[in-house]
Amino acid sequence: MPINAERSRKKLTSLKVNGRVYEKALSPISTLLEILREDLGLTGTKHGCELGECGACAVLLNDVPVLSCLTLAVECEGKEITTIEGLADGNRLHPLQTAFAELGAAQCGYCTSGILCVAKSLLDKAAQEKKSNPGRELSRAEIKEALSGNICRCTGYLKIIEAIELTAERLNLFHRCEPVREDR
Amino acid sequence: MTLKINEPKAKESTMAKAVQWIGAPLDRADGELKTTGKARYAADFPLERMVYGVPIVSPAASGSLIKLEVEAAEKLPGVLFILTHENAKKIFPIQNDFGTATKLAEGRFPLQDKKIYYAGQYVGLAAAETLEIAQEAARLIKVICKEERSALDSEEELPYSYFPDNNWGTPLPVIRGNFEKAFSNTEVQLKAVYTTPVEHHNPMEPHACTAVWDGDNLILYESTQWVVGARNVVADALGLPREKVRIISHFVGGGFGCKGFVWPHTLLAAMTAMHLKRPVKVVLSRSQMAAGVGHRPATHQELSIGSSKQGKLTAIKHHTITQTSFLDDFLEAAGGPTQSIYSCPNLLVSYQVVRLNHGTPTFMRAPGECTGLFALESLLDELSYTLNLDPIELRLNNLSDKSPEEELPWSNSHIKECYELGSKIFGWKERNPKPKTMKRKGFLVGLGMATAMFPGVRSPGAAKVKILSDGTAEVLSATQDLGTGTYTTMKQIAAEVLRISPHRIVSKLGDSSYPPAPVSGGSMTSASVGPAVKSAAEKAIEALIHISIKDSSSCLYHLPLEKIHAADGKLVYQDDPSKTEIFEEILKRNNLSHIEGESFVKPDNSAEGYTVQSHGAQFAEVEVHPLLGQIRVTRMVGVFDVGRILNQKTARSQAIGGMIMGIGMALHEKTVYDPRTGRVVTDNLCDYLIPVMADSPAVEADFIDKPDPRFNSLGVRGLGEIGITGVAAATANAVYHATGIRIRDLPITPDKLLKWL
Ligand code: FES
Ligand code: FES
Repeated sequence: MPINAERSRKKLTSLKVNGRVYEKALSPISTLLEILREDLGLTGTKHGCELGECGACAVLLNDVPVLSCLTLAVECEGKEITTIEGLADGNRLHPLQTAFAELGAAQCGYCTSGILCVAKSLLDKAAQEKKSNPGRELSRAEIKEALSGNICRCTGYLKIIEAIELTAERLNLFHRCEPVREDR
Repeated sequence: MTLKINEPKAKESTMAKAVQWIGAPLDRADGELKTTGKARYAADFPLERMVYGVPIVSPAASGSLIKLEVEAAEKLPGVLFILTHENAKKIFPIQNDFGTATKLAEGRFPLQDKKIYYAGQYVGLAAAETLEIAQEAARLIKVICKEERSALDSEEELPYSYFPDNNWGTPLPVIRGNFEKAFSNTEVQLKAVYTTPVEHHNPMEPHACTAVWDGDNLILYESTQWVVGARNVVADALGLPREKVRIISHFVGGGFGCKGFVWPHTLLAAMTAMHLKRPVKVVLSRSQMAAGVGHRPATHQELSIGSSKQGKLTAIKHHTITQTSFLDDFLEAAGGPTQSIYSCPNLLVSYQVVRLNHGTPTFMRAPGECTGLFALESLLDELSYTLNLDPIELRLNNLSDKSPEEELPWSNSHIKECYELGSKIFGWKERNPKPKTMKRKGFLVGLGMATAMFPGVRSPGAAKVKILSDGTAEVLSATQDLGTGTYTTMKQIAAEVLRISPHRIVSKLGDSSYPPAPVSGGSMTSASVGPAVKSAAEKAIEALIHISIKDSSSCLYHLPLEKIHAADGKLVYQDDPSKTEIFEEILKRNNLSHIEGESFVKPDNSAEGYTVQSHGAQFAEVEVHPLLGQIRVTRMVGVFDVGRILNQKTARSQAIGGMIMGIGMALHEKTVYDPRTGRVVTDNLCDYLIPVMADSPAVEADFIDKPDPRFNSLGVRGLGEIGITGVAAATANAVYHATGIRIRDLPITPDKLLKWL
């Protein structure tokens, strides 16, 4: 769509990201990805394709994963945006972050932010469901399904899957059949 | 870098009581930075008054540029500058050479003339206040070209191809004995043609450069596998003193070869920053990455193998037809493995290269090795069926204690153990050798194997090790960590020498102002930079000992220096272990903030008279749907002999990642060009298929882990590439075993199976 002065006129927008409210004059045609990275300095969210194909830019919008490269920032007013920078609780890392670091599930690390956001929503949802269904457990197939939109070129995924399983196990959401190899 | 809180685990050494940090499966030093979003990549430096640059590309594949119609774009509010060949800075000619660390990825500087070599070539850059405006400006600019006849079809261009006469100095063709004579006299003869398509690296981080010009100094935050090379090229080309240019690449979101040398967008960013005197950020789109930052060229490999009935190779011919651009003489040396693994007295390896109006190809993970092994290891599999021999036995039959190429003993080789351990883990014995005999849940099951290989490569490299007065230490080197684990392994090496825990050591890499290191390519970082870190750490300890024995208030005063060594963060006197002093005390008492050792290590001649090469054995299990031809790799095992392992955990990651990339090569990846326009059709991640989580099977990677001390002081050979090398062949062989159908054209897609099923 062509840009002209009218379309790109900035509009005062209030965005709530990781619990903090930012009041900013934003261009209505800017994507959430660009605003996060360029205007708010939250560069943890990555730009992999800008076409909705790679998942590197995934963030949580009201706890649901969205591709920030396909989301207009102005659409997010009034919603809770969570990015990788908001996953830890102060200095306490989210268990997913710990497990990813432990198992080496982040190699180059470029896909990691998106994957962690998607994985967090998967675990949160399962934990929620467990409240009404105590037997609820995640399966590897479910993990693979949830993360099917996130591409990683480095790891071959094995460690990513294992790190999510390890976290789920620690949160009582997963039952491991085989032990994880120490040196992997 | 943040420090890990947990005390890392080390390997127990039986030799000495000291802990052995090298080899320990330490967590990555950068794990926390990467899982919290704090690791900054080239496009992650928000700067005041940032300008966004979007390259303008040629729609034509050849010919010349007539003009750029920029008026509409210039009128767009927010547009700052349109860089074109008319206003571009004149670039100084440089020697485009790897040896002098001034290698260009594309052998031509941008915007210096009007010639067009490929569709997607940069003809300008639109710079604006926001990314959207810059994108829109680039879109509004009309690029008017005079198109000429383009060379877009390999077959059509074959008559104009050339026969390269060397590959990195090795004369071509490679000839041993007399192939023709031996082949015609041999008992068993096999011939086949194997083809592999163009592939793109597609690292998850696009190529990016943030250029900052402060009137005197140029800083580039650049996604590169070689900060030193980038610094040299950019400085020399722009006529700046090298010390005025600094390349920072703390984190690289994957490279796999395509970020090895400087591509033109980096210079566009630098030129624009110098012109506007503002920081400029250029991030390539996936479509720009498809056109102009390199790819693995396609190969057409004609292979003939002669063998005795017992399975002893008598003659091999490997002729590869491949492609390059009109700008560079790139060679995908697919014959490399053929001439260097199995002994065979009569051999002919030759090449023919076609020039196309495509961007310049470049090194992509195991360039030549993985394309060549697909052909060689597939044909050996075919031979094993012809001879009724187990594929592993056939390979064992043809190994030798000496390298077939140089006829020198191996510096260190454990290839047989790779087959042994690999087949044990994989369960090769359970394989029914007859094709189409194994089934599972309605699927045809096939098991295949292949040999993996990668030559041992090392270059000169330097590092500095500092011991600080707080008892911590730093390792500095202008090498880079592409996700490979260099931050972690380098501090493990330092820890082992300094005798302190690696959690007290910080690695500082990815900055051209540190001691110089080679390109992170050719799997050479560990073998090149590792020995420099070791030697620098030894020098740092030596310097500390010198201070202590001259320090009258030290209990080590005047003691013989050869009897003092480091242990547990202290200097200890051998004859009387009660005489010890901790590092920080010595430094503090002498009012020193730190003490350092720096070392520049060049490959010495200890490997002279030997051939250095890594090997491996790779196994794949596939399931093929008997009606739909759908193929799934269900299990993979790789066992590699790559010298000493610096970190079991990061090493395994590298190997597994390579193996999954191999699945991409075997089953999915293929770049398609529009035959009329020369543009890449698969210029996005939807059409260019990369393995996703659902494609990833159970993978096991293991190592022989025996040092190769002749190669370097650490005995390490490097392992970034070997993991991918045998996968395509192992998979193709497994598909044959499952279905009885031999696919000799990658990727192996269901449509190729369907007509035979
Ligand atoms: S950047 Fe949004 S999906 Fe790739
Ligand atoms: S770790 Fe590099 S893309 Fe996933």
